[in-house]
Amino acid sequence: MTHFLEPNRIPIFQIGDCLLLTIQVDLEDRMIMTLKDDLAERIAKTHAKGVLIDISALDVVDSFIGRMLANISAIARILDAATVIVGMRPAVAITLVELGMSLQGVRTALDVDRGMELIRRESSEGAERLHEA
Amino acid sequence: MRPEAGRPEAGRGENSAETIPIRTGADVSRVRRSVATAMAVIGASRIETTRMVTAASELARNTLDYGGGGEVLIAVVGRMTRRKVELVFTDHGPGISDMSKALTDGYSTGGGLGLGLSGARRLCKEFEIRSVPGEGTVVKVASWTERP
Amino acid sequence: MPDSTGSNLPGLLSRYQDRILTDWIAAQSEVGVLRADLMREAELRRQSRSFLSHLIAATKNGLNFDIESEQWQDVRDMLTEVTNFRVDHGFTPTETATFILALKQPIFECLRDQYKDDPATLVNEAWSATVLLDKLGLYTNDIYLRGREDIIQRQQQEMLELSTPVVQLWDRIVALPLIGTLDSARAQIVMENLLEAVVESKAEIVIIDITGVPTVDTLVAQHLLKTAAAAKLMGAECIISGIRPQIAQTIVHLGVELPQVATKADLQSAFAHALKRTGVTFSATKPAHTR
Repeated sequence: MTHFLEPNRIPIFQIGDCLLLTIQVDLEDRMIMTLKDDLAERIAKTHAKGVLIDISALDVVDSFIGRMLANISAIARILDAATVIVGMRPAVAITLVELGMSLQGVRTALDVDRGMELIRRESSEGAERLHEA
Repeated sequence: MRPEAGRPEAGRGENSAETIPIRTGADVSRVRRSVATAMAVIGASRIETTRMVTAASELARNTLDYGGGGEVLIAVVGRMTRRKVELVFTDHGPGISDMSKALTDGYSTGGGLGLGLSGARRLCKEFEIRSVPGEGTVVKVASWTERP
Repeated sequence: MPDSTGSNLPGLLSRYQDRILTDWIAAQSEVGVLRADLMREAELRRQSRSFLSHLIAATKNGLNFDIESEQWQDVRDMLTEVTNFRVDHGFTPTETATFILALKQPIFECLRDQYKDDPATLVNEAWSATVLLDKLGLYTNDIYLRGREDIIQRQQQEMLELSTPVVQLWDRIVALPLIGTLDSARAQIVMENLLEAVVESKAEIVIIDITGVPTVDTLVAQHLLKTAAAAKLMGAECIISGIRPQIAQTIVHLGVELPQVATKADLQSAFAHALKRTGVTFSATKPAHTR
């Protein structure tokens, strides 16, 4: 199943055991709902260990999008995948803080590489813990 | 409800005003784009633009979700050194009966985070709200460029 | 060419050009506008001669009092040059305007000689000359102010940039040593610069060292918190170092909590903490002389 060519749908790529989605457009509410459904399905299907959401192209993150990111992260966690939000711009970060959103429980990284690093580190730490037990 | 409190001030310069209806989620995106354009006209910084566009997004969504739709007037006013972008959101929804509660962080009647009004107030340099229960709500916000 | 104002001033200026120039320079020296400590007489002579010939050129097709119009372009440029020279060399606004105003006396004297039998024309011409020179004098004032404003603005910008250096300490670790009082405007710029630096240097840890900040009030504490929270959203961690005992007391007294931020007493401990966080370890080797 390919989402690539469908308009108004954010494509989800698989890199190793991670899923990567890049949000590049001014998000409309409908797309966000579709995205949540698509992503949950893909995580379950691929047994992905991590989800990277690249928002470096986003000029604005309001509380609605912030809530969506937190939701995605919560859903992924239940499906045993870690979510990392990567590439948030300085102006967006300042605005989110002033808005009163700290995105608690959501992990962040500077870029996709660092996000991947974070997921690998955490899943290997998790595996070690499992091994010790 | 008529936006008396929220009528943009008259000023000199290349001023402009535009009204955008807020009926669907796509209109919220349109509002964001128009506010970003207006902020570019007054030469606002990136961070100031982000603040104002984010506030506009919150308020537009409030208008849609709680006011049952409405409209926003986006105006560029003022003279060369002190130019302002003013936004006036108007709806004819149920209005707000407890204003102080509505302006509190985390208070929501619509299942959101309750950051809409309080967050927008923190992001804008000017914030004004009038609401009459049963008639509707008018929110006016403004931002301007700082000249050192 | 007929003159719209009917003034003979343009003709008079070119007829008596040499005499006016000599008297003008003398008048400037007399009223102390020639600040020998600030500019050489040759320079004053050059500026005066050049201005006078531009003035004659601008009025040769008739006297026009609208000095913002096209025909005054060269004169305005010349005045801008003359004024900026004086701004740079420390002249006062009065001294700068007097460059123009000192031209009145020599022109009036020429008028008096020319129209000594015609008092009505003399008064009219003197009036024209006064109006024109006052306008040009005030114009130098505007330029003077604009020049000063530019300087102030540039210095403010430079100062703000100077006051927020971001230093790379190690791969993925940057430090921001803050010196001086933080007001709201500066705290805002510090925050923006720091977050931009996080993006540029791909820093995972940012140390904000406040050893050089004399006081921390609620506002400063809140800005530091906000910066730390924003950095965290971008994927970087903030450490605040250099918290002096009395500042620690103030922070507690103000009831400000710093939950998201690691705090360290000095830059050294903050750096050690940062290295540990990024997984860098050092081991001591034996000093060479003991081998």
